[in-house]
Formats: sequence, structure tokens, C-alpha cells
Amino acid sequence: MDSNLSAPIKDIKEKWKLLPAFLMVKGLVKQHTDSFNYFVNVGIKNIVRANSTITCETDRKFYLKYLDIRVGKPELEEGFGINRTDITPHECRLRDVTYAAPITVDIEYTEGQQRVVNNNLVIGRMPIMLKSSKCVLFNKTPSQMAKLNECPLDPGGYFIVRGTEKVILIQEQLSKNRIIVDVDRKGIVGCSVQSSTHEKKVKTNLVMKKTRFYLKQNSFNEDIPVVVIFKAMGVQCEQEILQMIGGEEMIATAMIPCFEECHQLQIFTKDQALKFIGQKVKRSMRSEKTKKSRMEEAREVLQSTILAHVPVENWNFQLKACYVALMLRRVILARNDAADIDDRDYVGNKRLELAGQLLSLLFEDLFKKFNAELVEMIEKKNKAPKSRAGPFDIKNKFKSTSQFTNGLVTAISSGNWIIKRFKMDRAGVTQVLSRLSYISCLGMMTRISSQFEKTRKVSGPRSLQPSQWGMLCPSDTPEGEACGLVKNLALMTHITTDLDEGPIIRLCYNLGVEEIFLMGSEQLTSSLNYLVFLNGNILGIIRGFRRLLQTFKKLRRAGLINEFISISPNHAHRCIYISSDAGRVCRPYIIVENGEPKVNSEHIENLSAGLRTFDDFLYDGMVEYLDCNEENDALIAVYEKDINMNTTHLEIEPFTLLGVCAGLIPYPHHNQSPRNTYQCAMGKQAMGSIAYNQRNRIDTLMYNLVYAQAPMVKSKTIELINFEKLPAGQNATVAVMSYSGYDIEDALVLNKASLDRGFGRCLVYRNQKCILKSYNNGTFDKVMGPMLDADTREPLWRHQALDADGIATPGEKVENKQLLVNKAMPTVTNTLQTRNESCDYREVPITYKAPLPSYIEKVMLSGNPEESCIIKLLLRQTRRPEIGDKFSSRHGQKGVCGLIVPQEDMPFSERGICPDIIMNPHGYPSRMTVGKLMECIGGKAGVMDGKFRYGTAFGGSKVADASETLVKHGFNYLGKDYLTSGVTGEALNAYIFMGPIYYQKLKHMVVDKMHARSKGPRAVLTRQPTEGRSRDGGLRLGEMERDCLIGYGASMLLLERLMISSDSFQVDVCNGCGLLGYSSWCNYCKSSSQIASIKMPYACKLLFQELQSMNIIPRLTLKRYNQ
Amino acid sequence: MEPVKLKSCLKRIKERVDLKEHQIINTNTTDFPNAYTGSTDGDFDINKFTKGVRVDIISEKEDELEFDLVGVDAAIANSLRRILLAEVPTMAIEKVYVYNNTSLIQDEVLAHRLGLIPIKADPRMFEYRQPDQEEGSAEDTISFALKVKCTHNSSAPADATQPDILYKHNNVYTRDMVWVPVGNQADLYPEGSVAPVHPDILINKLKPGQILDLRMDCVKGIGRDHAKFSPVATAHYRLLPEITLTQPITGTDAHKLKECFSDGVIGIRTNDNDEAYVANARLDTCSREVFRHDNLKDKVLLSRVRDHFIFSVESTGALPAATLVSEALKVLMKKCTDLREKLEHDEDS
Repeated sequence: MDSNLSAPIKDIKEKWKLLPAFLMVKGLVKQHTDSFNYFVNVGIKNIVRANSTITCETDRKFYLKYLDIRVGKPELEEGFGINRTDITPHECRLRDVTYAAPITVDIEYTEGQQRVVNNNLVIGRMPIMLKSSKCVLFNKTPSQMAKLNECPLDPGGYFIVRGTEKVILIQEQLSKNRIIVDVDRKGIVGCSVQSSTHEKKVKTNLVMKKTRFYLKQNSFNEDIPVVVIFKAMGVQCEQEILQMIGGEEMIATAMIPCFEECHQLQIFTKDQALKFIGQKVKRSMRSEKTKKSRMEEAREVLQSTILAHVPVENWNFQLKACYVALMLRRVILARNDAADIDDRDYVGNKRLELAGQLLSLLFEDLFKKFNAELVEMIEKKNKAPKSRAGPFDIKNKFKSTSQFTNGLVTAISSGNWIIKRFKMDRAGVTQVLSRLSYISCLGMMTRISSQFEKTRKVSGPRSLQPSQWGMLCPSDTPEGEACGLVKNLALMTHITTDLDEGPIIRLCYNLGVEEIFLMGSEQLTSSLNYLVFLNGNILGIIRGFRRLLQTFKKLRRAGLINEFISISPNHAHRCIYISSDAGRVCRPYIIVENGEPKVNSEHIENLSAGLRTFDDFLYDGMVEYLDCNEENDALIAVYEKDINMNTTHLEIEPFTLLGVCAGLIPYPHHNQSPRNTYQCAMGKQAMGSIAYNQRNRIDTLMYNLVYAQAPMVKSKTIELINFEKLPAGQNATVAVMSYSGYDIEDALVLNKASLDRGFGRCLVYRNQKCILKSYNNGTFDKVMGPMLDADTREPLWRHQALDADGIATPGEKVENKQLLVNKAMPTVTNTLQTRNESCDYREVPITYKAPLPSYIEKVMLSGNPEESCIIKLLLRQTRRPEIGDKFSSRHGQKGVCGLIVPQEDMPFSERGICPDIIMNPHGYPSRMTVGKLMECIGGKAGVMDGKFRYGTAFGGSKVADASETLVKHGFNYLGKDYLTSGVTGEALNAYIFMGPIYYQKLKHMVVDKMHARSKGPRAVLTRQPTEGRSRDGGLRLGEMERDCLIGYGASMLLLERLMISSDSFQVDVCNGCGLLGYSSWCNYCKSSSQIASIKMPYACKLLFQELQSMNIIPRLTLKRYNQ
Repeated sequence: MEPVKLKSCLKRIKERVDLKEHQIINTNTTDFPNAYTGSTDGDFDINKFTKGVRVDIISEKEDELEFDLVGVDAAIANSLRRILLAEVPTMAIEKVYVYNNTSLIQDEVLAHRLGLIPIKADPRMFEYRQPDQEEGSAEDTISFALKVKCTHNSSAPADATQPDILYKHNNVYTRDMVWVPVGNQADLYPEGSVAPVHPDILINKLKPGQILDLRMDCVKGIGRDHAKFSPVATAHYRLLPEITLTQPITGTDAHKLKECFSDGVIGIRTNDNDEAYVANARLDTCSREVFRHDNLKDKVLLSRVRDHFIFSVESTGALPAATLVSEALKVLMKKCTDLREKLEHDEDS
């Protein structure tokens, strides 16, 4: 027995296999679809149920009741009342329409004396998240997906709104309904609670001013002393108040000034307190309709606004009073011990808001507005004289579907989430899904944006939190202003959805939790008891909390309670927190009991054999989800060897603490941390294959690599996210050496022969859209055929690419200023014209504007409900790498191509291998990217024995093994080769580190940036040269450059640069009045005697005129320059 | 220092490149006039040179040639290598006329792929096409046509899932390219003598209904212009390795030493104390594994013979490797005569 215990715990072979199993069940974007599914199937019904009945004050007999609400299957309204249900997401993308499903309701209402039931009324259209339960792609096999023109590897989880793919980013927020003890700027401890219910979102603060405590709330004009609040809530006895807060002496001393103040205010009873509070209630908060006394008002505010989430039944404020007492207690304790101050940045105090929650907020608002308008309409009708013909039909209101549709569509497409009721006004909630590469698309789906202001210079919310371990990726965050505020989920993170509280409450009471109504107030703070909280509300008191914890966990592991309900004790607070709310981050762990992991190798074998699924592990109590708070109550071993008798859980695989983007890096644990962060940003810019349906897509911009390769050194993450199937890069043979001097500052030297053979070759796709409108007067846009030259009968050069139908031919080459669509628009579009009257047309062609020619890949003709006809052209360019193009390895080592060298000049090895890329060795010492060296050796060995190697984080193939393989194949152990110079033909003096490294071609290419001009367009207002490459702008001689010229004294050059070559303007000035004249005539002096013609910048003339328009007269005094 | 020792030392520097653990020394040649002041060692003597030069063919196959070039300077060997890579002309597809391409591969990418296909045609029989010339003539152009349409295979079994069974012509190979003689080419070259070198290079994959209809013009060009014109897969050389055991190595050390080199480099005399000897240094691949063993690294000298080049030429197939070398030499000779003429011309004027 004894020996059995001390024996080392056997490693669980290949326990990482749990991870693909997890991803099978949960998927990378499951949090999005889960959340949306919850909203569409459950949440939307709850909203409607909560606001189901509508009554009318003027007509007491009237009512309208929503019986049910459903979201249907996606369909498309093609006009003329035809709805097509066989639409696919891809069709919506191409045709610029919204992928949406009808929302139908069943209603029951009275019409006169009769009760009418109306089923299946469409009230609007809900944009549908791809791969959610309502989507046509739900549970489809890869071959079915292919039939629908959809990529089986596409993660889904986004919306298609007006043809663009929109993601509702995960929003990070402070958790609602929780007490947060905090220190304000002056260093004073306070406490705040963000209450959030369906009706209200309010913040209640407990602040301290000069040793006294006050309750601060927006509905009060000034802060209310806490003791007054207690008294108003019916706790009139001061001893009881103190008992509720806690009997410790420290607390009593802290409370004395508060009691004193209350006495000074002469408040002793509940009524006095309510009267006092009533005077402080803000005017605007009072309802105008019904006159209520101040006391009633105060009572109402206390009931509904102060700590709105704490329920008050039958005006029994006891629970709320306890809550206030607890807040007070926390503050007093935290004043003495800084450890009791809560950390706002702690992940356990955060909630992640997902698409479903955001949409439900929006929908609830729209629904309430809709109902309010309905009531208004009925009331208006009732007030109006009965003379109006025909009975009023409620269905009229239900006929227009635009209110819901537009509300949802505009919010998703603009990203502005405005909910006036909650004073919510957020911009940038949605973003266009980045389809630059497969990784950028995946990375976007796991992105979390924070509500924090980006401009604030605080380090707290930006820094890496220890509690982020395993939940959020430590590497993947942008650089610059959003650093640390935008985060990414780790590989195994799951975000919870709302769960029903009812059963949990009942269970807790059965497990011995006692309601506080039954308790004396001193029991609250008794050292024997623990308070039990459920989602921030006090549930009751428990004696012997360990039993509760154990039973609760047992029940959960047995599958009797939902796996996502967490329970954790906080011994400092003397509380048990149970959470079932939405937005908690959690991840699965292997359960360890008595020093023995519950999962063993046999189970894993069963898993690989397909006899078990991830859910089986869950329901058999071998694996469980822990959220951030419950993790604190667990002792988690990372490896089997770390397990001891106190261990409660075991990590499934440590590499899962990284996210999708960081998972691509081979050997990231050997790199300097910021390098991994840089790579996370760059992986998203790498070109490659985007999706299996990339050739069917017509995106605004798409980059493809011609011959993308799977990396030689891969990682488990790469396999799990199918990066090998949609790769973004090529395995280049890299020699680390100095060559020519065109490789300084990270520049790369490329082998010309490699480029000839297709290395780094890429395709750039762009689209061009043309909309043909029809106008109200019956006219419409036309597409005309190509214009022919009068003599040769050949098309004009500008029309050369056009087909007979006036649209460019696929396969044709188009050059700058050539026409893509020869569109013509009627000159008169507003006044009515008779049909047969011929109207004049004006040419409004779509031209191709780019310095380099493109080829027409394909042309799409379609229509959508709004525009009558759309023509989309896909244009293609093929580019081979050139000097200045940007490349990067997977270790944050970016560089531009500095020189392209012919193959014969490149060094070559004993076996005739010559490198594709030469990289300067100075890139290594300061960056410390050891992972890249390891990748090189691993890749070289992999090439030699024909096997891929793993560079998985915190594991991966051993470098020593790779080195041994190299030796076996006659290479040097260190990976350094004997090279011969291609120029001299003699051996190089040093051995050169050479091998394959996976290189990414980044989207930044010189042809897109290169710009210079001599003369060109000018801005209309200032007559100065335009700005920017897109407008063919000039190169600005800026202030600092100007300063240099001034300092140097090159006055004529200055004059030439700033005036003559810019906006020189001849102007007539009257020396008599000093104002500008015109045509040698001064309109002010009415004379031409003193007019002089001078040159000045046009901007200067403009300034004078603008000043004049503001009643400031700038007068010029002219003198001859030689006087 | 004793003069004898200095002389032998200089001789070593002159004749050998030494491979140390972390660096290579004496990489540069000293075999040129006045390399050492007062010494006539490097002075060029044509008789001495011709006596020293030797070419041994080690192995010769149609596409591969390995030969030893002994007694020349690195510059000459390297010139040969560079010319082979970049200046021996071949024929390659340069212009692709796309009449129809409904396949997945884009026109430009397809053209690039086609360009890299090695063409079996003797470039010596052709002229360079003039830059201003749009249409090719029989002297400078080989034309191919590629016309493939993929169709459903009506005789495929109902349960077939493999595209190779389901469709006809779903894979387009180089063997589908048809030579279209230009002018009198049909009389000049026998049928089958002009074709892609390999018939089984996969050009494209098609699905039923997709059509490929192309005409391709091959022209003569050199590798410096584009790698597709390079006649060799690669041409490179290495110096003859030389391994010297400075002390006798016996017993387990001898076996260890053997392990440090490629097979066949070190032999072991199987007498009572197993002494190691260098059997065939030529096979060494420069892994320098011996330097990782502290007890061995001081007993072994690794070096290279400076003027012994083991040349290997791998042809893409247009011309036999041996012909390529002689072609390369012709180019080299032409360069020399050109230079000489130029010099003489300059002297005259």
C-alpha cells in the first residue's frame, strides 16, 4: 500500500488527444455560436415572455398577448412577395444581401368583443450567425458544405450583412452584480456594485468622506449617510445595524462617526429616514404621471434603483440591508488590510459579452420600442373620432418588418450599439471579418476587445494577469495603443452562457443553506457561518461549508448539475460563490483524486479508437470545467510528475495556454516573449490560402500565395486548426551569413532562380462593383457596347477590354484608364417621362485605375432587393517578389528583400544546395529568437529523413534528436555547412548555418506603396498639390525640412519650394487701402492708380479673404524691394 | 624558422584548404604572381600548367556526370560552373497563347508552370529570337499545342469515388503537349525528337467541362535571363577531401572514428589492436563530427586539396550532361577570345 502511494505517477500517454476531442465538441468559435444559439432559441423567448402582454389605458378591454416567438430558417426576399429559402451564405456574400431569417410571432388580441389569435406573423428579419443552429451550414459534412460553396474549414461565427462578413467581437466587461472594493484616485477605499437586471442597469457606490460612509447613487442629489439607508430599509435599531456589519471592535469604531451623523440629522425612525431620502431624490427621476409623496418616492428608489439586482418582495428590505451591510463590512476590512481590496483586472471579475448577449440587448430594446409604438397607435385611434371608416387592424403594425430588420442590420453593419434605455452607446462593436489569411480570420473570431479607453495611460488593465493563465493568450495582443486591451482567447477556453438559477437555488436549500430571513442579524457575521452567493445575490447562510462544496462538486461531476456552474469558497470573505451567469471563461481539466488522475492511458486509447468522446470524459467525472474563480480553489498540476496528495486537477496540455496565432510559432518557449507577440501580429498579414472556396469569392482585396507549403516544423496547434490545409508561407532554405551589404537592417538577399521557380509568387485579387439603378421616372442605367474607331472599325483603346455587352471580358488584360463597364446614366432622373420617349444618356464608365495592369478573372451579374442590378468584376494581378517586398519568419523576424542575386553568385554547399534566402546573422543576438535556430535544425533533419517535426510549445521534438539525424545523413551536428562562394569559387572562411525555415510573405509590397511625382493634380480650395499616393499627391516639404532650409539660408530654394512649385498666384494689391483688387482696379478706393501686381501663395490670398469675411481687414503695405 | 619548414608550410597553404573545428583557413588561393614577394612560385608557366591539368570522368550517365578537374585554379572551375548554370542556352516555353482556359489555374500561373518544363530539343540547332520579332520562325521557335477537355467517364463503376476513375483527362501531363512544326521543321527533326523531356510532369488538374486550349512557343535563352533556360538542375563542385591521422588511432577509438565519418571513409585494420586508416577520403561529406570528440579531435586533420575539383553536373535532360560541359567550355573559350580580341583592338586604337 505504502509503496503504491510513493510510486511515481505514470504519464498519461498522448493525453493531448483530449484536445482535438474537445475542439470537435466545442470548436474554435463555439463560444460565438453557443451564445447566438442561446439567444435565438431561449433568450429571445424569455424577452418576449417578460413583455408578453400589452394593455391600453384608454381601452381597458383591450389586450394583446405574444404567445410565442420563433426565429426561422434563413430566407431571402426576392421582391414581389417571393421568399427563397434555399439561399446559401455564399450567395449572400456575392450578391451583397443580408443572410437573415424571419422572426415570427403568434399573437392573441381583442378586436371589439372578440378574441383573435394570429399565428406566424413576420415582424422582422434576424441576421443569422454562420454555423449556428439556424444556419443552413449547421451540422453539415464537408461534402455538403462544398455543395453549398462553403469552405469546410471556415469557422463560422460571423454574420453576413449586406454582403460583408461582420464579426461581433467579444466584449470584456467588469462582472455585473458583484461587490468590488476599490481604491479611488485619492487613495480612499470605496465599494461599488454594478447592478444589471432586465429592467435596469445602475451603479451603486459606497464612499467614505471624512471617516463617514455614504451611499452614492445617480438618482440622489447628494450622498446619503449609510445609517440613514439602513433605517429607511427598516433596520432602525443601531445595535442590529452593527451586528449585521460585524461585531468586531474595528468595525464598531469605524461606524461610530456614522451613527453620530445620523443622530445629528435627527433621524431615528424609518419614516424620518425615508423623508430625508425623499428630499434628496432627483427631480428627473420622479415620475410625472402619478403624484406620489416624497416618502413613497424614496421607498420606490430604494426598492428599484439602489442595488437593483437584489430582490425586494413585499417591501421586505432585509436582504438589501444585509447586502449594504456586507458592502460596508468589506470596505471597513479593506481599509485595514490592503489584501482585501479587489483587483478589477482579475479575470474572475470579468465577464465576456458575446454576440448573443449584445443582440438580445438590442432586440429587447427594439421590441419594447415596437410595443410602445403599438400602444401609442391604439391610444391615438381610440382618442380619434369614430368617424373614420373601417375598423382598426392591429395587423397593420405587424405588416412592416423594417423596424426590426433595419435596427438589427444597421447595428451589425455599423458597429454602433445604441440602447438609450441603458444609456449604452458603444461604437466599434462589430468589425469586418479580416480575410487576409486563414489565420487572421481565426484570430478575429477569438479576439476580445475591452471597454477601456485606449488613450488612458494606465498599466493595470494592459498588463498580463496571472489569472489569465490558460484562459487568454499571453502572447497575442497588438502593439501600440491597444496593447493589452485587445486580447485573444487561448485554445481551450470556453465562455459560458446563462443557466437557469431556479434548480440551483432549490438544490442549495436542500444542501443546508438557510435563508437569511430566518436568521438573526448576528448570524450573518458569525465565524461559524459562510454566506452563500448565487450570481452576486445572497442566497443564505451555511454552517459547514465544506460539505456543501464537496456535494456540489460530486453532483456536478456526476452530471446532475450543469458542468458550467462553478462553486468556489472565498475564505477572506467567508463566502461561497456559486456562479451560473453568462460570460465566464472556463477551461477543462483532468480531475485528480488521491494523487491519481482519473484519466489513464486506456481511456485515451479508447478515445483514439472512437469508443469515447470528450463528453464521456465529462459525464464520467474525469474531466471538468473550471472557471477562473474555481481555479483558485484548486491545486492544478501541469505535468503528471508534479502530482501530490493535495493535487486536485491536472492540465490536459500546457501548450493550450497559447491562442491560435501564437500556436503557429515553433518552439515559442525558446523565444524572447515580445518576438512571439510580433509574430502573432504578423501571422495575420501573411499571404497564403484563405479558404477552400477562395476562388469562388469576390472580395474587395484578397492575397493568395501561388505555391503555399505546409511548414516542415509544425506544432500540435497547427494540426488542430488545419493550418496545414490552408498554409501561408513556404519553406525556404536560409543561410545565415553576410552577403553584399544589401542585407543590413534585417534586409534579406533572395536567390533569383528561386523566384524564377515560383518562390514567394503571389496573386492579388481586387473587385470592382457597378450598380445599375432604375429611377423613379421610369428610366434606368444602361450598359453600352464598346465604341469603335470611325476609320479602323476597331474598338477604341480605352474600350479594348470590353465585350460586346459593354462589360470587360474575363481573361482580358486591363490597363490604367481602360474601361471595365461602359455604363451610361440617364441625364434626367427626377421628372416623369413617358415610356416611349427616348431620353438622353450620360456616360459614367467604371474605369480601371492602377499603375499596373490587371487581368479580369471573372464577371458576376446579379441583383438584390435594393439595387436592381449589380455587376461585380474580379481583377487579378500576379506578382513575383521584388526588392522591397516584406517577408517574415515565424519568430517576429521581419525583413524586406534588399537584393536579388542570380543563382550562380549564391554560395553553394558540398551537395550543390544553394540558399533561397540569405539572412544577416545580426538578426539573432539582440532578438534572441532561439526558436528559429531550432526550427532550422529541425527542418533540416525533417527534410533529410522525410518527416515533419514538431515545435509545439513546452514540448516538441528534441533538437538533440534532430542533430543526430543530421549527423546520420552526413551533415554537421550543429547544422553548419561548408559553403563555397559562388562569386570567387573558393570556400567561405566560416561554416554557415543553413537549413529550411518557414517564411511568410507579408501583404506589404512595394508596388502598392511606391510613389513619386513631378507635376500633378492640385486641391481645389488651396491650389496646393494634393496629398497622398491615392490622389497622385506631391511629396511634402514639411515644417522640419523647411526649418533646415531656413537655417541653411537657402531663401530662393525656399521660395521655389513653398510658393512657385506649390500655389503661386498673381494678385492685384491696392497700395492705397492695402486690400486686394481685381483686374487692376481697387473696388474699395474706386481707382486703379495705386494697384500693384504681386505674387503670393494662393493660400495666403485665401486667408486674407477669409479674414475679411470675419470682419478682420488684413491690409498690405507695399514697398519697392530696393527702397 | 628553418627554411625547410617554412617552405613546407607555404606548400601546405598553397595546396590545401584546412578545415578547423570552427573555421576554414587558407581558403584563398596564393597561386598567382607575386603572392609572396620575391618568390616565383605563382608565376604562370603554360607548360607547367598543361602538364598539371587533368580531367578524370568518374561516372557518366545520360543526365548526370561526375568528373574530377585537377590542376586548375578555383576561378576556372567556378567559371565553368557559372557558365553551366547561367550561360549555356536551352529551349524553354516563353510565350503562351491562351485560347481557352477554364481550369482553376490562372493563366499567368499556368504559363509560369509551362515555362519550367524542360524541353527536349537541341538548342544548337536554333537561333536566338530577335527582341523585336513577334512571330517565331522555323529557325528560332518550337511550337507546342495543348488541347485538353475533361469529361465524365461514362464507363466508370457506380461506386467509384476516385477522380481518376470518374473522369477522363482530369490530369494534364506533359505528354499531352503536341509538337506543332513551324515551317520546315517537320522535315528537319524526326517525329518524337522534339518533346518535353519527361512525359509525366503534371501540368494541371481538370474537372469535367473544363477546357485547356493553349499554344506555346519555345525560344532559345540562357539561365541568367530566367532559371527555366538553365540546362542543369544544378552544377556544382567540391574540393577533394583529405583526412590525415596525425597519431595512430586504435581500439574503441578507431571504431568511434569510423562512426564519425560517412561509410567507407575510415577503414579498420582488423589485427590485434584495430588500427584505423583512411580508406577513401573522397566520400567524406564534411560533417566534422570528429571534432565533437575531445579525444579524437587532435589526432585528425581535415583538409581539402585546393586544385582538385570534384565536379558534378545534373542535366535537366535537354542535352546530355557531358555535352553541356563541352558547350560550357565553348562559351568559356568564346569569352576568352572575345576578351583577347577586345584587348588587341584596344591596343591598336
